[in-house]
Amino acid sequence: KIYEPEVHSDRRKWRMRSVSVDLNNDASLVIDIPDALCERDKVKFTVHTKTTLSSFQKPEFSVPRQHEDFIWLHDTIVETEEYAGFIIPPAPPKPDFEGPREKMHKLGEGESSMTKEEYAKMKQELEAEYLAVFKKTVQVHEVFLQRLSSHPMFRKDRNFQIFLEYDQDLSVRRKNAKEMFGGFFKNMVKSADEVLISGVKEVDEFFEQEKNFLLDYSIKIKDATAKAEKMTRSHKNVADDYNHISGALNNTAADNNTAFKNMCVLQKVEDRMASDQELKLTELLRYYTRDIQAAKDLLYRRARALADYENSNKALDKARLKGKDVAQAEENQKQCLQKFDKLSESGKKELTSFKARRVVAFRKNLIEMTELEIKHAKNSVSLLQGSIEILKSN
Amino acid sequence: MFLSRLRLPSSETQSTLTCNGQAAMSGGCGRNPPPFPDNEDQEAELDTRVLDSDEDDDDEGEDIFTGARSKPITPTSAPDEGDIFSEEGSYIRSDVHHATNGLHSDEELDLFTEATVELTLTNTTSQGRREIIGPTASACNTTHVPNSILKPSIVTKTMEELEEEESGDQFELNIAVTNPEKIGDGMNAYMSYKVSTQTTLPMFLNKTFSVRRRFSDFLGLYEKISAKHSLLGCIIPPPPQKSVVGMTKVKVGKEDSSSAEFVEKRRAALERYLQRVVAHPSLLQDPDVREFLERDELPRAVNTQALSGPGLLKMINRASDAVNKMTIKMNESDNWFESKLQEVENEEQLLRRLHAAVDSLVNHRKELCINTAVFSKIVAMLGSVEENSALSRALSQLAEVEDKMEQLHQQQAFSDFFILAELLADYVRLLGAVRCCFEQRMKVWQRLQEAQSTLQKKREAEAKLLWANKPEKLQQAKDDINEWESKVSQYERDFERVTCTVRKEVLRFEKEKARDFKQHIVKYLESLLHTQHRLVKCWEAFLPEAKAIA
Repeated sequence: KIYEPEVHSDRRKWRMRSVSVDLNNDASLVIDIPDALCERDKVKFTVHTKTTLSSFQKPEFSVPRQHEDFIWLHDTIVETEEYAGFIIPPAPPKPDFEGPREKMHKLGEGESSMTKEEYAKMKQELEAEYLAVFKKTVQVHEVFLQRLSSHPMFRKDRNFQIFLEYDQDLSVRRKNAKEMFGGFFKNMVKSADEVLISGVKEVDEFFEQEKNFLLDYSIKIKDATAKAEKMTRSHKNVADDYNHISGALNNTAADNNTAFKNMCVLQKVEDRMASDQELKLTELLRYYTRDIQAAKDLLYRRARALADYENSNKALDKARLKGKDVAQAEENQKQCLQKFDKLSESGKKELTSFKARRVVAFRKNLIEMTELEIKHAKNSVSLLQGSIEILKSN
Repeated sequence: MFLSRLRLPSSETQSTLTCNGQAAMSGGCGRNPPPFPDNEDQEAELDTRVLDSDEDDDDEGEDIFTGARSKPITPTSAPDEGDIFSEEGSYIRSDVHHATNGLHSDEELDLFTEATVELTLTNTTSQGRREIIGPTASACNTTHVPNSILKPSIVTKTMEELEEEESGDQFELNIAVTNPEKIGDGMNAYMSYKVSTQTTLPMFLNKTFSVRRRFSDFLGLYEKISAKHSLLGCIIPPPPQKSVVGMTKVKVGKEDSSSAEFVEKRRAALERYLQRVVAHPSLLQDPDVREFLERDELPRAVNTQALSGPGLLKMINRASDAVNKMTIKMNESDNWFESKLQEVENEEQLLRRLHAAVDSLVNHRKELCINTAVFSKIVAMLGSVEENSALSRALSQLAEVEDKMEQLHQQQAFSDFFILAELLADYVRLLGAVRCCFEQRMKVWQRLQEAQSTLQKKREAEAKLLWANKPEKLQQAKDDINEWESKVSQYERDFERVTCTVRKEVLRFEKEKARDFKQHIVKYLESLLHTQHRLVKCWEAFLPEAKAIA
């Protein structure tokens, strides 16, 4: 008898495993990515929208999108002045199939030197790895869109709508956009962030606290992400070793070894534990590393607005002194102040909801991860108990 | 080109594995996991299971994992008790049985609760010898022994007969190697180990006794045993390997975990070595073995350089060369030897491969250990920075969970190594010793061949003399022939004896191996089980913390 764990492939459950809050609770605009195709380097996502909003042409539709389209959308939003006071949802990272692709090459090269079983097994593992990377990248692209759709301002964004609806290739638009903005904002020296933010003379206690917290937290969460990745890699290595051990055993003539066959399955369980830990905890940390950066970007924009305001004050003083262009300077100052106030106001709101969002996300993922770990460990327990019993009774 | 379409609904590429009623953990099955007792009971449970023995004698185990009797395993350190790597300078070896206190217990008997070795004391060798000698004597009386391949008039015993001889009266003899102590300083320092014996055998002076021995004493014992018994075709258990690097660290006085690990590794290896020696019925009878166990002071063993790892390996590798040179098939039973040797060689390769894989496992697990510890610290730091108090607390708890996991990984690595890796390493060397024993038989066969050819030459010489009519040299020739005839019959007897011994040894070895492997695998799986139990507990303790985040 071989004990094998049961695998849940419930679509509903899977889709709700986002690192953020359940973002699809507003039925007026529901977005998901039900499908994805991987062809060599390119991934094609199927973005599916269901909406009751009149601004859209149809109530339900799907379009194919590439990763670069998502980046385009993100960049246009970042570069929109009106959104300066919001935390822009971080862009999804590029799909990274490098790991499984390398393995696939190795598999192809080593095919002749492997037994049929070994080859089939490796192929199976490879497919599982591909699937895991797939899931991750789909998840992260989906969450990006859902963050936009659940935000009162972003969901109305024209480019967002185009992204969801436009049934032609977006690459033309992408090129135009690049020419228009030239990646202007992105090419700004990011290291100036830290200096500028920490240099701001903060009157507002809320922002003072936030600044200190975010600067410290971002360093630590980045570190935590790297170390979590290292840990889950080690875990996968251990699982691989079990695979090699059971592989070596399969070469024996006498193969009536339930105990060690179960080692195979144990390896799968270990692998899954590592992947789940990876998916839950590591992805959570990764995501919030990026989100923290987005929050910091908000602080940066506000700090710049404050700097602008201070400069406008100085300019006004100078104008008054000289008696020239005073009205213009006054107008400028007024606008700078307005901008700064607007940023501060919406910034406060955004950062407050960001806090709540982060706590909820951590809670959700920690709970789910813990439940999965318990499930897998219990599974291992029953597998092992079964094997031990069989061995002892022989 | 790899093309794959991910369909997340029904047609997902990942197959859903079938659910076996007993093992499925899905919510729908509604199965409650078996309740696990708390730590103490659990260990007791494990112990009793280990001590169960199945007295059923099956036929020889073909693959390495089936076995007849399950012998209790010798005391090795349990993963969760005691601290092998404690840096206090005292090397503590803890026992699986929670009742013992390990080394520092005054009750020596406690050390042996798990270390039973069951012996058979029937004089199988001598009995066998008698039977063989009988018919051979009659064969010797014929004037002509055909020059062609010798067909033994004595059929070596059938498998069943040989096995029956094995089980006989059983006496107890338990051995433990404990209390490693460093004697002396600097480069002349050495480790001294306590060898304790507990026995009911009458040939020993006492029932319980102990002596102190050093590593070279063990090597010396091997040399003595080997000199005497390997010629007979016995499988001599090889001693643990020398290690200049390992010992230098210890001598120099580096009191770190790697030295402690080295000493523990050696201690355990010496213990296993002795246990295998006394498990061998003929070796146990050897006075040198008895002396080793009993005598207070042993003369210093010299010339143990030859027994360094590579030296031993060279000796063993010559075995296969010798066998390959065998061109003449001796008789039908020779097929048995040929195929058996091939089996042995294949198995050795397999075990080498397995050992390499397990080695890799040990290393990766140690890595995982380190990475988990590092991760635990950063999570703690993240928790301390976190502004939300409930989340902050949960993160510190998570850091603690990861810390516990690091300990679990550490213990598991220990089990990986001492239960699995060392077993495999031992058997790779033991299989080498088995090959040696085949070589012995070959040597005896070659000697017989040479004697037969010399006899033939002498006969031809006699015939020539008869024909040349030189009576004065005839007597010499006849004497020569007589001399060589008796040599040939002696060597024939030797060869039969060796053949019989080797066969028996191999059978005994296979049985031992099957038993050994089964025990160790069970023990290993139990260690994994233990780890998983603890994991469940750790995470279950954390869950409410995670849920408490608000």
